Amino acid sequence: MSEINSPSKYSSAINQTSGGVHERWRLVKDAIARYGVVVGGLGVIFAIALIFFYLLYVVFPLFLSATAEAVSQYEVPEQALGKTVLLGVEEQNEVAARFTDTGQVIFFAVATGKTLLNEAVKIPEGVHIVSFAQGSPNNEGAVIYGLSDGKAVIVKHQYKVTYPNNVRLITPSIAYPMGEAPLVIDESGAPLEKIAVKIGDNASTIIAKTGDKIRLSHFEKEKSLFADEAAVTRTDAVLDYAAKDVTDILIDKEEHNLYLLSSNGQLGLFDINDKSAPVLVQEQNIIQAGQKITSVAFLNGDLSLMIGDSSGLVSQWSKVRDKLNHFAMQKIRVFKVSDKAVMSINPEQRRKGFMTVDADGTLGVYHSTSEREMIKETVANSQPVAAAMSPRANAVLVESNDGKISFWKVDNEHPEVSLSSLWKEVWYESYPKPDYIWQSSSANSDFEPKYSLTPLVFGTLKAAFYAMLVAMPLALMGAIYTAYFMTSKMRQYVKPSIELMGALPTVILGFLAGLWLAPIIEEYLAGLFSLLMLVPLAVMLFAFAWQYLPKSFLQKIPEGWESALLIPVILLSSWFAFSVSVPLEAFLFHGTLRDWFKTELGIGYDQRNALVVGIAMGFAVIPTIFSIAEDAIFSVPKHLTVGSLALGATPWQTMIKVVLLTASPGIFSAVMIGLGRAVGETMIVLMATGNTPVMDLSVFQGLRTLAANIAVEMPESEVDSTHYRVLFLAALVLFMFTFVFNTLAEIIRQRLREKYSSL
Amino acid sequence: MIKLWFKSGAPWIWLNAAAVSTCLIMIVGVLGLVTVRGVGHFWPHEVTRFSYQEEGKQPRIIIGEKVDTSITPAAMAKSTGFKMADDEETLVQYLIKTGNRDLTGTDFLWIQARNVKEHSHPVDMMVIERREWGNFYGQLLEVKENHKTIATGTTAWPILQAKIDEALAVFKEIAHLEKKEIGAINYALERLRLKQRKLELQNKLDDAAKQSIAAEKAGYEVDYKQYQAQLATLYQKIRRDSLVATTESGATLEIPLAKVVRAFQPNAMSLFDKIVHYGTKVVEFLADDPREANTEGGIFPAIFGTVMMVMMMSVIVTPFGVIAAVYLREYAKQGFTTRLIRIAVNNLAGVPSVVYGVFGLGFFVYILGGNIDQLFFPESAPAPVFGTPGLLWASITLALLTLPVVIVSTEEGLARIPSSIREGSLALGATKLETLWLTVLPMASPAMMTGLILAVARAAGEVAPLMLVGVVKLAPTLPLDGNFPFLHLDRKFMHLGFHIYDVGFQSPNVEAARPLVYATALLLVLVIIGLNLAAIVIRNNLREKYRALEG
Repeated sequence: MSEINSPSKYSSAINQTSGGVHERWRLVKDAIARYGVVVGGLGVIFAIALIFFYLLYVVFPLFLSATAEAVSQYEVPEQALGKTVLLGVEEQNEVAARFTDTGQVIFFAVATGKTLLNEAVKIPEGVHIVSFAQGSPNNEGAVIYGLSDGKAVIVKHQYKVTYPNNVRLITPSIAYPMGEAPLVIDESGAPLEKIAVKIGDNASTIIAKTGDKIRLSHFEKEKSLFADEAAVTRTDAVLDYAAKDVTDILIDKEEHNLYLLSSNGQLGLFDINDKSAPVLVQEQNIIQAGQKITSVAFLNGDLSLMIGDSSGLVSQWSKVRDKLNHFAMQKIRVFKVSDKAVMSINPEQRRKGFMTVDADGTLGVYHSTSEREMIKETVANSQPVAAAMSPRANAVLVESNDGKISFWKVDNEHPEVSLSSLWKEVWYESYPKPDYIWQSSSANSDFEPKYSLTPLVFGTLKAAFYAMLVAMPLALMGAIYTAYFMTSKMRQYVKPSIELMGALPTVILGFLAGLWLAPIIEEYLAGLFSLLMLVPLAVMLFAFAWQYLPKSFLQKIPEGWESALLIPVILLSSWFAFSVSVPLEAFLFHGTLRDWFKTELGIGYDQRNALVVGIAMGFAVIPTIFSIAEDAIFSVPKHLTVGSLALGATPWQTMIKVVLLTASPGIFSAVMIGLGRAVGETMIVLMATGNTPVMDLSVFQGLRTLAANIAVEMPESEVDSTHYRVLFLAALVLFMFTFVFNTLAEIIRQRLREKYSSL
Repeated sequence: MIKLWFKSGAPWIWLNAAAVSTCLIMIVGVLGLVTVRGVGHFWPHEVTRFSYQEEGKQPRIIIGEKVDTSITPAAMAKSTGFKMADDEETLVQYLIKTGNRDLTGTDFLWIQARNVKEHSHPVDMMVIERREWGNFYGQLLEVKENHKTIATGTTAWPILQAKIDEALAVFKEIAHLEKKEIGAINYALERLRLKQRKLELQNKLDDAAKQSIAAEKAGYEVDYKQYQAQLATLYQKIRRDSLVATTESGATLEIPLAKVVRAFQPNAMSLFDKIVHYGTKVVEFLADDPREANTEGGIFPAIFGTVMMVMMMSVIVTPFGVIAAVYLREYAKQGFTTRLIRIAVNNLAGVPSVVYGVFGLGFFVYILGGNIDQLFFPESAPAPVFGTPGLLWASITLALLTLPVVIVSTEEGLARIPSSIREGSLALGATKLETLWLTVLPMASPAMMTGLILAVARAAGEVAPLMLVGVVKLAPTLPLDGNFPFLHLDRKFMHLGFHIYDVGFQSPNVEAARPLVYATALLLVLVIIGLNLAAIVIRNNLREKYRALEG
């Protein structure tokens, strides 16, 4: 930026002639002003750059990969009390729990491994623990112990947070949500070899394997209005299933589906909606021959099973509706996690991510929707025994069989987004096939956010396309006529009027489009189509008839007033088109055109659709295109046109062959700028479409554009969340879009200006 | 023949002319539509009494304003499920605004013309605009004071009007007390709380400070009690009177006058009465607060908010826009850089407005505002002061949005000034600053004015970015009031454009709100077209002036 002019010769001349304070002060002021203006001017330019870089700055973290950092490593606390069957960490990453095979619960400090509390689960004399399972996620979670006498105990580990002296204190404890006395699962007293439990607010289900039987026990609390204590009703059932080889039992959180996994890789899916009569829905082999299932877990939300095998693959299986509308388990995607067996899979509790640990002690953190590998890090030196991920997914505990526990901190803010999840088809949980979907939020916490920008970009382009379809012919033809054929007297009024059209707030256009135009088009759809045919026809007929009017009359009307003459013609013909529309519909389509489209062609009709948007946004874009194109055509040097006319070309030939050709770059840039405006327009689209993010080319369907999406969702999105950043990404996409179009248009226009000046 | 005609190119010229005509028809049509619908809203419409009998049902009376008529051909009506006789060609339906939402649950009713047995316009049909439940349509039965009837029959009407005026005066007083006086006390108490918290945070909250705060608080509480007592008597007074009216179904309904805005008998009004009514309604629209979830009453806060925002924006955008233009035209050396900058400025004009909103929300509100809060307002945490959308951020965002308009316009003005003027000034010994300040800028001031007016027009109509940075559907307080520091830059505000969007699309009763939206749209269109015309006129004058200078 060296274009600051050197102090002018004039002022230095002053300096020499008089050295008074006043004179010097004048020069100082001048210098201050010079630098002030330069700083101010460049500051404005800086502000423009700031917008771009700020958007980039917010979007950038989406594509950063996650990091893991080792914090500490220590001996397994109270190793003498038994082998670990489960590790758990509470919300704040301060206290962890170790559950042992002997029924001990050891709470210890996460950072140091110091034992805080040692609790023994109350187990009757003479019985021992046969099986163990986790019932719900770590924080405030429940576990179940299956005993050798056919009974089971459910234990909750809970953490009370208090703030004595403004310091956070977490007090761990255990509780028995179903009572301290063991629940009888098998009357005959056979040991519960495998067990699973799901504890809900009002109902709990226990599934246990005894010998070759699978038993289901369901407890339902019935709250009565008057009694304090809720009465518990119990339902029991025995499942009809070859249970001998069952190794894993999983129940989803709704307690509607039961998954049984056998050692040979067989998956049995039971519908347990009716607890007294479970039905086997599907039985399927889910693993490749020669491999073994080594670990299994639900993804958050309990809709997908993550199955890890001995070859280091983790496959995601979800209940999907197939072509015949039956539900069946299908493999949605596979992650290659390692070359070794996958020893444990721990799902994140608030997102669709999961953590794996392989036989070598390598930790992997993945996200299912985005198919991203966020972290791969060796965290233990020998085979891992147990692993836990904290509820906020920001800490990991891994115990290895050399008696050490490693504590790692994880920084993984935005795993949900990858280039493929933004732009490609993604197979979401419970969807029949991969699809492009935008659905950013939902009421429940275990919702899988669907951030596909494709339907939004599609909607943006669709709206812009229909708008340009309306605007381009009208604006360009209008510009040609106004610049070249219209009398200057009329042009003087027409041009500002059409430019005034561009100043109309788009919120008004959107409001009219949504509440006035949309119902009219719905009612007179056939009228609109007949209008498209009738009006040009009427104009042509009028023009044809015009030349046969008596010469004396024609001479009175000067040239260049055609468009004024045509106003009544157009008004009359459109009135006619609309008034015949209804009888025409009744005659041709036996009802409404809308119904005909629906029944004959299968095209649905939304009241607020792309047609309405096209017309309304076309209206908004016309002035932009018109104004620039008109300028370009009008400023074509006169000697070119005069020359052409002198050589005997008709005015129209001159127009097409000389003027349009010369002005074509200007017209192109007008269209580009118009397109940029149509792409970024917000209010019209927001009000005149249903804002449904569907990918449907039909002109009678709604759409959602990037801009409208931002306007709808931005105020509700949480700062710095993935959703927030994805919306910024949408804004950045819009910015880039218009930036490219406008720069192109501007460069072409500057070139054109140079060309004209040389002609 | 026709071939020859086509060869001459004349039909194409006519078609191009038709495109211009279509554009003109469209713009005039839109303006006309908004004007007709917007202007018509305030006119007192006749109230019709229909005797209505649907096939196989009991006859009944329907009272209301005819709002709309729809004519459907027989075939189409059949396909949508209406029974049509063979000789009927069309199905005529009327949309009647029947009001009385508290009794019937809806404001509007579609009736079929063929079922109307007779209709009349009795002069004693009364319309009551209420503060709740929308309009009431019916006939006045009696006026009550303290549950005792004081007037019935034809004498009741003038007494009712007098009583309504009385109640309105009391209502005004109540509103003044609640909003102004008690509002001020609440504001002062909140400031005291913040002061206390601030001292606490600085560890300066000693006994002396505590005492002075407590004393001040006690003072306010005494005032508050006094106002409470005043309010109690006022409420007693306003609740005293009521009117009893019969509805279309013959039921009687007692309406407390506290809930009545105005009552009128449109069928009995003369043309002059109607004009007066129209005038008062227009004044109410412009000067009153909205009622009933923005669907009734006025839009004063929206007008006020728009004006405040636009003024703030002008204050910010003018100096920056002018400085940037002066830099580009007077100081920078023309070349690649200036070309790049001009492209960037033009680009900025093409960036979708919602992107500015996103930027404003992220950068101004969360980053700048969040830091300001941390530095200067730690006492109000966790409630944000500037870290939330508000007037200041909205103004700055729109200033950024309209910056290119001002830059381009000012630059154009500077370019038009003949260089002989600058050279003359410099030759006489003036410094560059003096030349600029005393000759160039005054001459370019109309151009700046044009730019500013265009910027204001753009800002007044822009909605999308404002939705993100500070506009709300209903702001409890104006951004400018009698409480220190008078101008509350952190407050959220209402805006005409957003009002249109919100009332037209988000309101629970869109049908009832529609006329009001048209009226608001008309106001906005008038303002914006007025501003644009002003800009055009100034620009034309400017051109004339320089033509004279050059010649």
